[in-house]
Amino acid sequence: MTSALSIRDMVVTYDEFAALDHVSFDIGTGESFGIVGESGSGKSTLLRAISGLASFDQGTLSVAGRSYSGRKRDKEFYRTVQMVFQDPYGSLHPRQTVDRLLLEPLVIHGFTDIETRINRALDEVGLGSGFRFRYSHQLSGGQRQRIAIARALILEPKILLLDEPTSALDASIQAEILNLLEQARRDRNLTFVMVSHDLGVISHMCERLAVMKTGKVVETVPRKALENREFSAEYTRQLLVASEGFRRG
Amino acid sequence: MRMAKQVSKAPLLTVEDLRVTFPTRTGDVQAVRGVSFALGRERLGIVGESGSGKSQTGRAIMGLTPGHAKISARKLAFGDRDLLTMPARERRQLRGKQVAMILQDPKYSLNPVMTIGRQIVETLRTHERISTSAAKARALAMLEAVQISDPERVFSLYPHEVSGGMGQRAMIAMMLVCGPELLIADEPTSALDVTVQLEVLGILDKLVADRGMGLIFISHDLRLVSSFCDRVIVMYAGRIVEELPAANLSDAQHPYTRGLLNCLPTIGSDRHPLPVLDRKPEWAL
Ligand SMILES: Nc1ncnc2c1ncn2[C@@H]1O[C@H](COP(=O)(O)OP(=O)(O)OP(=O)(O)O)[C@@H](O)[C@H]1O
Ligand SMILES: Nc1ncnc2c1ncn2[C@@H]1O[C@H](COP(=O)(O)OP(=O)(O)OP(=O)(O)O)[C@@H](O)[C@H]1O
Ligand SMILES: [Mg+2]
Ligand SMILES: [Mg+2]
Repeated sequence: MTSALSIRDMVVTYDEFAALDHVSFDIGTGESFGIVGESGSGKSTLLRAISGLASFDQGTLSVAGRSYSGRKRDKEFYRTVQMVFQDPYGSLHPRQTVDRLLLEPLVIHGFTDIETRINRALDEVGLGSGFRFRYSHQLSGGQRQRIAIARALILEPKILLLDEPTSALDASIQAEILNLLEQARRDRNLTFVMVSHDLGVISHMCERLAVMKTGKVVETVPRKALENREFSAEYTRQLLVASEGFRRG
Repeated sequence: MRMAKQVSKAPLLTVEDLRVTFPTRTGDVQAVRGVSFALGRERLGIVGESGSGKSQTGRAIMGLTPGHAKISARKLAFGDRDLLTMPARERRQLRGKQVAMILQDPKYSLNPVMTIGRQIVETLRTHERISTSAAKARALAMLEAVQISDPERVFSLYPHEVSGGMGQRAMIAMMLVCGPELLIADEPTSALDVTVQLEVLGILDKLVADRGMGLIFISHDLRLVSSFCDRVIVMYAGRIVEELPAANLSDAQHPYTRGLLNCLPTIGSDRHPLPVLDRKPEWAL
């Protein structure tokens, strides 16, 4: 398997604080790689550093055989890599219509069959064309997240970075989106890097997963390890117990 | 033990036939279409389809509905105080102090140009006569209570400098700092990893049990709702389609609820593609 994404010793610091502390991994072409870990452990920072939204101070990043550093990413990069943000409120401009939001990337990258693509993208995420001229502040949380996913898929990227893509969605729409993502991955041989705190979702979607804590990857295990409870980090065990629900007292 | 703190016999909150309608370019959107329930000093869960009106129900109770929307209800009361006829000023005083809502979109609702700490301090000082240093101490204690491991650092950060889960907890801290009697928590823990999630729920749980707070807990997480809440309301297309004790969620009758329960991915089950709902038009009648 050739590597789609390779990271070596990546470091991101804010003032003195190390949000990412020497993180390394390789993700194969067509692989789906999960990331779990406690809040503030650096999961979003990692995806943001890959996509050029945060600058990394040390280490190397190579995507589809090309090396990148700092924050500079060319147009070609964004044809290859798209990101769905954890916070659909922040990532979609509230005063833009859905139509504008979907149109923009198509125009930037010089697509011509715009009508067809916008309608197909809305259809794919289960929103009818009735939503096309709504402003994003007129949508519910889940509807906004689906627009964000439509926008990422519309450019037909090779690598999708997904930051909690379904945590704002109800279970039925989550299932639809997960099926849609899997289908897209099969059809187009996409590579996924997916952050989620739902171990059920990670185990459903990913072949391998990394567990992060305080800016570091503490372990990388295959999906099977979750089922068989074969992992070494204490934090992974806590995650597994906590995913069973709330216990009073 | 539930404390019998209330003086009147009225429930903490009464909602009867609540409707919220948005006029848009393409016609009216009926976001909430006749929702009724009463809330005591308990944990009431609301689950339901994305877009079914859960957040708009919460916002209407808070008085945070966008101005151009139409709101109507046969009754909307906090204790025996009528929220529909209450002057705007009184409503604002109620909000933040006695009733609070943790909004679904934390980053959107935090002020981007003010540090987290300052926002919590200002909330306190709007509602209580308290010195700046005492307010700061309370704010730090509150951040610590919501499991922020480095309260001093986070106190001085701006909203864009914190992680998703930290922003959500900052919002929770801000809403709890005045000790509300009614709290509406809209997806309060969706950005939190499960271990922190349970700790935050533990805090909310204590507030209900010890202080007799009433809690409306809006969530997509069925496992969480059924293990945490007392009762659950299920919404679909602006209406309540089913209500049941939380612990019996798995006995739900409505096909929407049953479908929801069936489409959760779990560790070890290998269902590709996941089952999805076959939504029937009659569910939305
Ligand atoms: N611009 C910034 N300035 C200062 N600190 C930052 C900045 N961005 C991120 N951080 C810090 O980096 C750490 C990691 O944040 P990150 O958003 O990557 O966490 P996360 O693992 O995605 O958490 P969550 O599960 O809560 O979303 C946090 O402590 C955060 O405060
Ligand atoms: N300003 C607005 N203008 C028009 N329609 C709106 C507006 N705000 C919300 N809506 C619509 O009202 C309906 C209910 O929205 P609400 O935010 O209450 O859904 P929700 O149940 O909280 O969904 P989610 O689980 O996705 O957060 C949605 O269909 C939404 O598109
Ligand atoms: Mg994050
Ligand atoms: Mg909502």
